[in-house]
Amino acid sequence: MSQQLLIYFVVGGSFLLYIGLAIYSKANSTSDFYVAGKHVSPVANGMATAADWMSAASFISMAGLIAFLGYDGSVYLMGWTGGYVILALLLAPYLRKFGKYTVPEFIGDRYDSQIARTVAVICLIVISFTYVAGQMRGVGIVFARFLNVDVTVGLLTGMGVVFVYAVFGGMKGITYTQVAQYCVMIFAYTLPAVFITFQVTNIPIPQLGFGSELADGSGYLLSRLDQVVTELGFASYTDGSKSMVDVFFITMALMIGTAGLPHVIVRFFTVPRVRDARISAGYALLFIAILYTTAPAVGSLARWNLTATIQTGEVGVLTANLQYEERPEWFKTWEETGLIRFDDKNQDGRIQYYNDANEEFVAVADSYGWAGNELTIDRDILVLANPEIAGLPDWVVAFIAAGAIAAALSTAAGLLLVISAAVSHDLVKSVFNRNMSDRNELIVGRICAAVAICLAGYLGFDLPAFVAEVVAFAFGIAAASLFPVILLGIFSVRVNGIGAICGMLAGLVFTTLYINAFKGMLFSPMFENVPENWLFGISPEGIGVLGALLNFAVTLVVSYCTKAPRQEVVDLVYNLRTPRVVQTKVSHG
Amino acid sequence: MKHREYWIANLRLVGVLLSIWFLVSFGCGILFVDVLNQVQIGGFKLGFWFAQQGSIVVFVLLIFVYALLANRLDRTHDVDEDE
Repeated sequence: MSQQLLIYFVVGGSFLLYIGLAIYSKANSTSDFYVAGKHVSPVANGMATAADWMSAASFISMAGLIAFLGYDGSVYLMGWTGGYVILALLLAPYLRKFGKYTVPEFIGDRYDSQIARTVAVICLIVISFTYVAGQMRGVGIVFARFLNVDVTVGLLTGMGVVFVYAVFGGMKGITYTQVAQYCVMIFAYTLPAVFITFQVTNIPIPQLGFGSELADGSGYLLSRLDQVVTELGFASYTDGSKSMVDVFFITMALMIGTAGLPHVIVRFFTVPRVRDARISAGYALLFIAILYTTAPAVGSLARWNLTATIQTGEVGVLTANLQYEERPEWFKTWEETGLIRFDDKNQDGRIQYYNDANEEFVAVADSYGWAGNELTIDRDILVLANPEIAGLPDWVVAFIAAGAIAAALSTAAGLLLVISAAVSHDLVKSVFNRNMSDRNELIVGRICAAVAICLAGYLGFDLPAFVAEVVAFAFGIAAASLFPVILLGIFSVRVNGIGAICGMLAGLVFTTLYINAFKGMLFSPMFENVPENWLFGISPEGIGVLGALLNFAVTLVVSYCTKAPRQEVVDLVYNLRTPRVVQTKVSHG
Repeated sequence: MKHREYWIANLRLVGVLLSIWFLVSFGCGILFVDVLNQVQIGGFKLGFWFAQQGSIVVFVLLIFVYALLANRLDRTHDVDEDE
């Protein structure tokens, strides 16, 4: 069977599986549609959360980012896992105890304010749409690359599949498809990683392998990598080049952004009990950690493989650079896609790959007769090209394609569902028609999901140039708008509606303006995006932390200057804090 | 008063676990990374290992430990869900 046919077979088979699962677990009530009837087991919810969480960016781009950033890439590893600790310890059990359907509903009830609920809906929609547009784009690109179809056709196919299982299955449908998608994804990710680690280091466990000696006995992988990349003018792999302040703030922003993402929070509404919410967060992070601890191994091995392929011996010796005519097969395959490009600047027929932005090193390179870096590589191809670099059979490539599509679809479905729930439950039902029947609300929910899918598809199709920036934006907004008011709503009985509204708006506006001032999305950039211009040396990726602090400060100050919440609200907060339902009339704490 | 004691014990538990969370990630992985990088274990510089592996492993353990201890706390203060 040809490789192309195999890919069609595996990807098509995975689609049938997802649709079959969705039909099997069709939603029959709003409880099914919003929170899967609260019947999901903690382990299944953990897998579904992991699939929901790990997007096309985690699956395709993260290892490549780490490969080129080295230590600096740690911000993504720690940032996108550490948030679960905050979520599990500070939010998930209490929100599960609250026991309703959506994040804005919690904010509306806790702050006793329809306006607060509406502001929360706006924050949720901004966060989720920016995030989902990137996923749809990811689906389109994977289709285009592996199935040889046009990006538009790929996008429409992806939309069609998500449509079937999100619209009919609701939360119940996506939960069980996400469990299947997690299995596809993790298998596709770890298998090539195991083979590559074994080839390079003779150790079959990626997490250990990248700290071991190279199979040829020339020393530790990471030490040799540090040595060769610095000889080529790059920053040392294990040290990085970002400032400590910036690394600190980006990591923190990603962590609290993770804890404030509505599509992640809502997953903990689907388990039966408070203690299931606690343990389920543990399973979720365990399943995520399998991929997240493999990624840095894949990153360093890919960087090593790439460097060693091109720089075959001592830097500066003419014959130590690979001859273009002798380049390996995978190199040729990816050259065809335009994602690897070679430009023989010094006309010697050999590939020189080095850091020509490093002025000190350019002088050294001149003395070697090098006329500039000749190789451009798209970071995203490293994971996708892994099986070919390792010489693995065609069916592994087919699984990588299915895994990448699973990663994008599962995240897109989760996001679309929180959008539709927010619109149907928090806007249509609570603002326009409070007496809507369960049956009608379910129909409205399905219509909202369908509209959201079409809109997301349109955004993915016609995404403006800032695609890479939108994810940072989503995290910044989540950190600065929703996270602080949810946290204070649980841990303080004194904060009130007016405080929360001011706090959310302050965080939202500050963070949006700061990111815009440097990145330019709503209007053109006002300042050059360089460390000298940043507030306290914090880049736009890390600014969500300051936005969150601002939100905390504004919410507290405004609340303490205005009236304390009603007794009913105080009772609600006390009720959140204990797993068992308690009838309290006296205040304590 | 039972619930007040429960809540204080709960805050103490969360506080201790979050201190460890901060220490392994922001401490070992970022603030003291250069000091820890002086120590080499196998092929890993220790600070680098914490930033790319160790912190994640500790995060997973922290949540499971929290789930275990919080459930126990519920029972000892008689606020658990099984009545």
